[in-house]
Amino acid sequence: MSEQIVTVRNLKAYYLMESYGIERRVYAVDNVSFEICKGEILGIAGESGCGKTTLVKVLLGIIKPPLFVMGGEVRYAAGDGKNILTLREEEIKGMRWKIMSYIPQGSMSVLNPLRKIKDTFQDFMEAHQPDIDRTSFNNIIKEHLLSLGLPLEVLNLYPHQLSGGMRQRVTIALSTIFKPEVIFADEPTTALDVVVQRGVLQLLQKIQKQSNNTLVIIGHDMSIHARITDRIAIMYAGKIIEMGDTRDIFSIPLHPYTRYLINSLPRIGDKSYKTSIPGTPPSLTDPPTGCRFHPRCPKTIYICSKEEPPLIEIKDGHKVACFKVSNGGEN
Amino acid sequence: MNNDRLLSVKELTKIFRVGSLLFKKDLIAVNKVSFDIANQEIFTLAGESGSGKSTFARMLLGLIKPTYGNILYKGIDITKIKSAKEWLWFTKEVQPIFQDPFETFSPLNRVDTYLYDTAFNYGIAKRKEDVYKVVEEKLNAVGLSLKDIQGRYPHELSGGQLQRVSVARALITEPSLLVADEPVSMIDASLRMSVVNLFKDLKERFGLSVLYITHDLATAYYISDRIGVMLRGNIVELGPVEKVLNEPLHPYTQILKQSIPDPDPESRWEEDIQLSAFDIKEFTMAGCKFSNRCPFVMDICREKEPHNILKDERTVKCHLYSQSL
Repeated sequence: MSEQIVTVRNLKAYYLMESYGIERRVYAVDNVSFEICKGEILGIAGESGCGKTTLVKVLLGIIKPPLFVMGGEVRYAAGDGKNILTLREEEIKGMRWKIMSYIPQGSMSVLNPLRKIKDTFQDFMEAHQPDIDRTSFNNIIKEHLLSLGLPLEVLNLYPHQLSGGMRQRVTIALSTIFKPEVIFADEPTTALDVVVQRGVLQLLQKIQKQSNNTLVIIGHDMSIHARITDRIAIMYAGKIIEMGDTRDIFSIPLHPYTRYLINSLPRIGDKSYKTSIPGTPPSLTDPPTGCRFHPRCPKTIYICSKEEPPLIEIKDGHKVACFKVSNGGEN
Repeated sequence: MNNDRLLSVKELTKIFRVGSLLFKKDLIAVNKVSFDIANQEIFTLAGESGSGKSTFARMLLGLIKPTYGNILYKGIDITKIKSAKEWLWFTKEVQPIFQDPFETFSPLNRVDTYLYDTAFNYGIAKRKEDVYKVVEEKLNAVGLSLKDIQGRYPHELSGGQLQRVSVARALITEPSLLVADEPVSMIDASLRMSVVNLFKDLKERFGLSVLYITHDLATAYYISDRIGVMLRGNIVELGPVEKVLNEPLHPYTQILKQSIPDPDPESRWEEDIQLSAFDIKEFTMAGCKFSNRCPFVMDICREKEPHNILKDERTVKCHLYSQSL
């Protein structure tokens, strides 16, 4: 395994809410440990409401009430290996966009509709690199857009004049302008159609290849993960339940949930009957005991509802949290 | 197929006026679209965002008036309906299902109230007991029961369940045609199939027809019988789904097919793709709307709009095939 760029250990991040004196806890990220390697494309997959976005928020150091980190650590190799959860807000601000960057989901709500793309870029650079003058700003912006293959004429337009795909690509250009080490993309292609989706994903791949940085893609669509990621982490109800090389996960999925996710995907040229996962996603305020998937699992055994399965490495970095597999069962 | 025609659309066109008062421009959102939907058929209208598929759906539901063209439903031209009685009949027969179930249902209302209201307003059931009976029956048809959703608010249900409730609501008036505009695009991939299977099931059990509007070709292939691929207001390829998606003829359909992320880590995209930067330009340009992005573009494509050409059980709108004839 190559050099680790981000290490996450035993991370617990809960939403604490109080109404009428009753405290409610949402266990959005519960005891998650993993690492991100340099130069890889990592996918984080799972249903909506499984804690993917919360995990990314914590990794970026955006922790605002009602979200609280209850324990664990997040270390960036580029940030001198300090635990960012103990840093002050100003110190994290210095790292953001340069070490870690974020591509948000809705590009329309990111770009100011009243300002031209050029102005948005300039505002952004002035706020984060105040020591550079305006002409070199413009040069950096132009160079960056050209290297990504985007037309320079977009700079003089307003966001509403661009198509949805172009807006999303401008947003990507904006958040990668300081050549960050790690880029987090949260559902970068939801609400885009297939052709545009491909364009956006290929742009992300291009950026990753050009500057050899690390890309983390968060999304519920397994077919996108199959296309571009090197490794996948599958999240279910606040926990990572399976993690490994993309090819391994697709050829030999170990966890029953992963198997459902992969088998439910329709393909062209295949009209055989596909089913969804039975049941509904669990509530994170009151997650099931033991293995959180056991109420929906077709292969549950006695121990599943009693104890929580640990994430165990089965083979070459392929890890799974399932008693059926770890007890040496035929899975 | 000619005899059991449920819906037939003829040269339907919608032109929007865009621009300021002085610089008006015509934007042809839907351009001479014609096709039929037979009884008990799932017809897919596929295309990227901004291809005019939602405008088409809104015209079909009577929400906006077409500029010209006809929509014949069971032989009656619905663009010319004047009387309230006929209109009520039509809205009973054709029911919509919308994209985002969390926006369809008000977060402050209980979801079951929508079902009772539909039953009351259409006069399906007069007495309270009858209403419950009708609602229960329709919920059973979508794999739910009244006790699952009674008194629940939208946030308490998953996207898949909520979308199934909106299908149940649509079924209350006993329609013959469902118009589903991107019904699964806001639903998690893991729950998507529960809704997609439902359409298939309704078609087989109740003989319903569905107009399935989507950009997701994989689910379109899975459920539909025929498909029309839309590009900037035109249907560029129309035919049986197996033919169109297994051996696409139009270059746009070919690109669409290649762009679907196949859930297979071994196959990855090789070449870069051309995207359009500006939607409006493509709508207003002369000739074939795809000519800016087409890999096989010829001179004629930029000047003349291609005609519909019959080839291999389908119609294609492309100059590539007009020469070979």
